[in-house]
Amino acid sequence: MKLHTLSVLVENKAGVLSRVAGLFSRRGFNIESLAVGTCEEPSMSRMTIVVIGDDAQVEQVMKQLNKLIDVIKVSDITENETVDRELALIKVGAEPGSTRAEVMQIASIFRAAIVDVGAKTVVLEVTGDMKKIDALENLLKQYGVKEMVRTGKIAMLRGAKTVKSEK
Amino acid sequence: MKTGAKIIIEGLQREGVETIFGYPGGSVLPIYDELYDSSLQHILVRHEQAAAHAADGYARASGRVGVCLATSGPGACNLVTGIATAYMDSIPVVALTGQVPTSLLGNDAFQESDITGITMPITKHNYLVKNPQDLGRVIREAFYIAGTGRPGPVLVDLPKDVCTATVEDREIYPEEVKLRGYQPTLRGHARQIAKAVQLMEQAERPVIYAGGGIISAEASSELVELAELGGIPVTTTLMGLGGIPCDHPLNLGMLGMHGTEYANYAVTESDLLISIGVRFDDRVTGKVQTFAPHAAIIHIDVDPAEIGKNKKVDVPIVGNAKQVLRAMITALKKKPSTGLWLDRIRTWKAKHPLRYQGDGCLRPQYIIQQLSSLLDGKGIIVSEVGQNQMWTAQYYCFRRPRSWLTSGGLGTMGYGFPASIGAHFACPDQIVFDISGDGSFQMNIQELGTVAQYKVPVKVAILNNMYLGMVRQWQELFYDRRYSFTELPPLEFVKIAQAYGIDGMKVESSDEVVPALKTAIETEGPFILDFRIEREENVFPMVPAGAAINEMIGGHPKQEEPCLPGPSWKGAMSGGQVR
Repeated sequence: MKLHTLSVLVENKAGVLSRVAGLFSRRGFNIESLAVGTCEEPSMSRMTIVVIGDDAQVEQVMKQLNKLIDVIKVSDITENETVDRELALIKVGAEPGSTRAEVMQIASIFRAAIVDVGAKTVVLEVTGDMKKIDALENLLKQYGVKEMVRTGKIAMLRGAKTVKSEK
Repeated sequence: MKTGAKIIIEGLQREGVETIFGYPGGSVLPIYDELYDSSLQHILVRHEQAAAHAADGYARASGRVGVCLATSGPGACNLVTGIATAYMDSIPVVALTGQVPTSLLGNDAFQESDITGITMPITKHNYLVKNPQDLGRVIREAFYIAGTGRPGPVLVDLPKDVCTATVEDREIYPEEVKLRGYQPTLRGHARQIAKAVQLMEQAERPVIYAGGGIISAEASSELVELAELGGIPVTTTLMGLGGIPCDHPLNLGMLGMHGTEYANYAVTESDLLISIGVRFDDRVTGKVQTFAPHAAIIHIDVDPAEIGKNKKVDVPIVGNAKQVLRAMITALKKKPSTGLWLDRIRTWKAKHPLRYQGDGCLRPQYIIQQLSSLLDGKGIIVSEVGQNQMWTAQYYCFRRPRSWLTSGGLGTMGYGFPASIGAHFACPDQIVFDISGDGSFQMNIQELGTVAQYKVPVKVAILNNMYLGMVRQWQELFYDRRYSFTELPPLEFVKIAQAYGIDGMKVESSDEVVPALKTAIETEGPFILDFRIEREENVFPMVPAGAAINEMIGGHPKQEEPCLPGPSWKGAMSGGQVR
């Protein structure tokens, strides 16, 4: 069992997300994260799906995804050199004074931006791979993480190679 | 200018549709109004489920796409079992459903149901058409998707306002279908085919395991040719029956849970399993780890997702069965030496034939055998689900593809009767027999109304044991004969048929079987035969669930037991206690 990153090119149509999500739940596949948005071609969307499973299970996931008429291309990019990023917003308890200073110091080490400052809290915006965000979250726990939202991983091949439809 | 409804009906005609099965309602009024003047033949069923099964039967019998039509909400929901049946057996069906107007979508309007949501897991694809401009393209795509690659049902949901809207009369129907996400692979990979042929040439104990893919790809003659060329025995799944003539010397009959002993032994001992258009279903493999344990496995299928899904495969070949088999026939240069192997199989065949008690009691196997010899390979046999289905699969001699229609994957009781209506409209020159049980027949018995209205000349042979027989069999074998809710009270099916103006006959002894079958065959219209069979007859041999397929039980029936039906029937019919 390991994490696989799939880059999936789909038609930009209503209902595609529910077809993909429904397939996963119906066949008992586990999604770790799913991120979707428009891409360079307006008629398509690109999904980055992180799934957990052994090689045979992931192969079956990919084949079943490919059977969906609205799915144009499925690539497992786990073994490729990729840039992968996730964005997170983290609301941390930070009373004015020494705590706030410490939180801001941690933020700057992680190159996280402070995007909101309240009377008792600050909101950090951070991007990075999943491990980096996990690490930041862990460090901030002692100050009280009030709320966190993560986008799920998006990923892209390094270099000139692309995940594109054949046509 | 054209209305949406007109575009739909014209679209069907452009796709070559002649007959559709349906049931009107509020949301489909515009389509029904358009049908009123159209040359399309519309068959009014009595329940939407039957429309879906009839469309499915039409497709299986003819190889063309079947079409059904229902209104929104309950109408669409009633199609669901029929759509799921077609999906599990990869049958090309286009289901058209009415829908509430787009302005009311999502409002829980009267007779609204999210039928595209409901059918997402049981269709190959589905559409909710919100823009009348899309109608022509969607109809075109629906037929293309349903009928190509691995066939399957496609549902098109049609809001009422989309059907009444008018559209400019140009470029409505695209000439070509362009779907970048759907390009089925039909030609097998040359190197994989070469590898498969090499394995075949070296094999000593090869077996071909052929399924519904042979039927849907029209590859029967290629299957027989390859088998003969290589001297390779062939076993078929339930869905593959008729792919090779039953009396062909290389035919082993059906394998799996109720397969022949010799088919299951052959697969278990084989050193090469050539699997074509099959999906290693649990009813075929039994305990999958011990299925074909000594064999290298070649798997040919048009759907890549089937390959390696249930069983690890040595040579995967994605492609259309007909094209791949043709390529294999061309490539096969050396005939494997299978003489010893075929001798061994002949010994098994002689030692372990299918058998039942020939004691003069009214046994279902005897009825099927007599029907088989009377029809002699002609006609279309449809079954329901349960014991009736398995006895027919075992004892009817199928000689042609598309002469056997049955719900294999979903196992839908009530499938056979409406499907036989569809089969008649697909092949009006052929006699159609529905082999039924008293339980299954009552699941769509209302279709007697359809049969009566259109004088559909289908013959129904009810193997009536006043039980849900297959479930009772499992209760007998695995639940200590605790017959929990499987006994059905007696019923005079002939009288019910007569109320619809349909003739029928009750048959209570084995010497009446042949005359009764002849009467049914010679009767011009529909005919119902109510066979009062041995009540506790079982389907044997049988592989218990979870066992290996060579661990079969019941291959050797006990000798000479008294006929059972007499006393229990009389008690039942006089209205007293059934048991």
